[in-house]
Amino acid sequence: MSTSAIETHALLKKYDERDVIRDVSFSIRSGEIFGIIGPSGSGKSTLLRLLDLIEQPTGGRLTILGTDALVPDAKFLLRRRMALLSQKPVIFSRSVFDNIAIGMEYRKKVKSEISRAVTEALDAVGLAGYGKRSARTLSGGEAQRMALARAVVIDPEILFLDEPTTNLDPISAERIDDIIIRLNREKEMTVVISTHDMIQGQHLADRIGVIMDGALPQVGTTKEIFHQPTTTNIARFVGVKNMYSGVITENHGGEAIVDVAGIHIAAVTPFHPQTKVTLLFRPEDVTLHMEQSVKTSARNVFSGIIKKMIPSGPFVDVIVDCGIDLTALVTIQSSEDLGLARGVKCWVSFKATAIHVIEEQ
Amino acid sequence: MVYEIIDGFVQAIQLIVSLNPEVVTITVLTLIVSLTSTFLSAIISVPAGAYIYAHDFFGKRLVINIIQTLYALPTVLAGLLLFLFLSHQGPLGFLDFLFTPQGMILAQMILVTPLIIGLTISALSGIDKDMRHSIISLGATKFQAIVTLIQEARFAILAAVILGFGRAISEVGAAMIIGGNIRAFPGDILSGTRVLTTAISLETSQGDFPLAIALGLILLGVAIVVNVGLNMIQSGSLWKNSWNS
Repeated sequence: MSTSAIETHALLKKYDERDVIRDVSFSIRSGEIFGIIGPSGSGKSTLLRLLDLIEQPTGGRLTILGTDALVPDAKFLLRRRMALLSQKPVIFSRSVFDNIAIGMEYRKKVKSEISRAVTEALDAVGLAGYGKRSARTLSGGEAQRMALARAVVIDPEILFLDEPTTNLDPISAERIDDIIIRLNREKEMTVVISTHDMIQGQHLADRIGVIMDGALPQVGTTKEIFHQPTTTNIARFVGVKNMYSGVITENHGGEAIVDVAGIHIAAVTPFHPQTKVTLLFRPEDVTLHMEQSVKTSARNVFSGIIKKMIPSGPFVDVIVDCGIDLTALVTIQSSEDLGLARGVKCWVSFKATAIHVIEEQ
Repeated sequence: MVYEIIDGFVQAIQLIVSLNPEVVTITVLTLIVSLTSTFLSAIISVPAGAYIYAHDFFGKRLVINIIQTLYALPTVLAGLLLFLFLSHQGPLGFLDFLFTPQGMILAQMILVTPLIIGLTISALSGIDKDMRHSIISLGATKFQAIVTLIQEARFAILAAVILGFGRAISEVGAAMIIGGNIRAFPGDILSGTRVLTTAISLETSQGDFPLAIALGLILLGVAIVVNVGLNMIQSGSLWKNSWNS
């Protein structure tokens, strides 16, 4: 089924006179995991609250599960077909069991059904045997899993997750991610997850929408978002470190040469000569080698001097001065094997097809 | 004078320990009147507070301001106004509540209700926004949402009720005007309207210091019990064990 679970058109939300969500139009397909990524304060939580019908948009249209969601009478029933997990787990002052049961109690389910479903949910989130404990005694990770159980025990058709693992340790975060993937696969639940963690976005989502300053400038597959960002702001946010302004000097059937500060870079683009463009490519698409003679199919090969090395986890960003500063991503291991260090001469290469070209505004 | 004070305390303790009938009668009537007025007021005020909290209407801010101003309503003024209403020519004269415990209960309710309503509103407003959103998102009807919020604010609301009881039992102005400080017939506690505060006032003016001090000590004792109870509720310790089990 490829119908839309959610469709928005020109959605607008103002707090006082400030636009926190502006002109957001997109759709989320039924059964997909849709990621909303963006910097802190960009409007992710507000957008989720609008979609979950907790807050009323100031303007625009919103269709959920085929129903006009802004009709007052429709809201309550639609809300009961969705659930939201907030960033900070909400804990009611009662037992873990009663915390999870609360949504079913609102729906006036019979006791035996509640008992069965809650026990099952406790099991699914790895909290079996915790039912009688006071929820206030749970650790952060346990509380978040309890909140997840509370959200999914009502069998929502759409599950919203607002940065669900931001405050958790990596192991707890992974457990939550696994549960989300399982719910999506086994119950075909539509999942909308906001995150500022690019890796989580990439790992979980089928498609991603990028939110910046309340607007949604790009929606696409993870590959499109990470390799073909439509603006330099998005590019910067998704970790594109190589960004250069230049002018196209020639173009033969899409194979163009771009002049960047006197250096000629081959790229694939339909733009005509004399067009001012920005070249974008990821540091992981840049290869580093110590000899010029290494065979490569890459059309762009430059020599340079290593200017700076910035470690990040198991990787290191190597910045090479080739007339322009190029950033390459290598593993710490290969950095040591190659003997990379500041001041060392090396060669960098990258394919013309790895470069995403956007026209400068 | 120092001797008189010490003697007064000694005699007062004797009156309490020996369960002097007059002391017992006054204390029991006081507890009946103040507990009843606080209980009835709470039944009205907690839902009223929740209603005001949950609904947006024109002049809401003004209503809350008036309620908060009434926290400090002078008790004699409340007594005077209610006296005018309950007197034979007054609009509530048919109730025949003047100089009865029922009248005193009504007077104390007038003093306590704004306090409990106002503090209930504050208690509910103090609940985290995320929790309010979560309750709505979980599919609660408006009524279910309010019930959950009251449950979550139960300690703060109970504290409000106890504060209300403190105001009811310690006020003297309205009790004097509406009740009239009438001594009960022996064996019929509800035939009188003499409560701890009005009795202390009377005995002091008559120079019966031992009885006044005895009643004062009891009132102080009630205040201490209330205060300790309030502290335990606010720290949550009173219920912690039963909620964990």
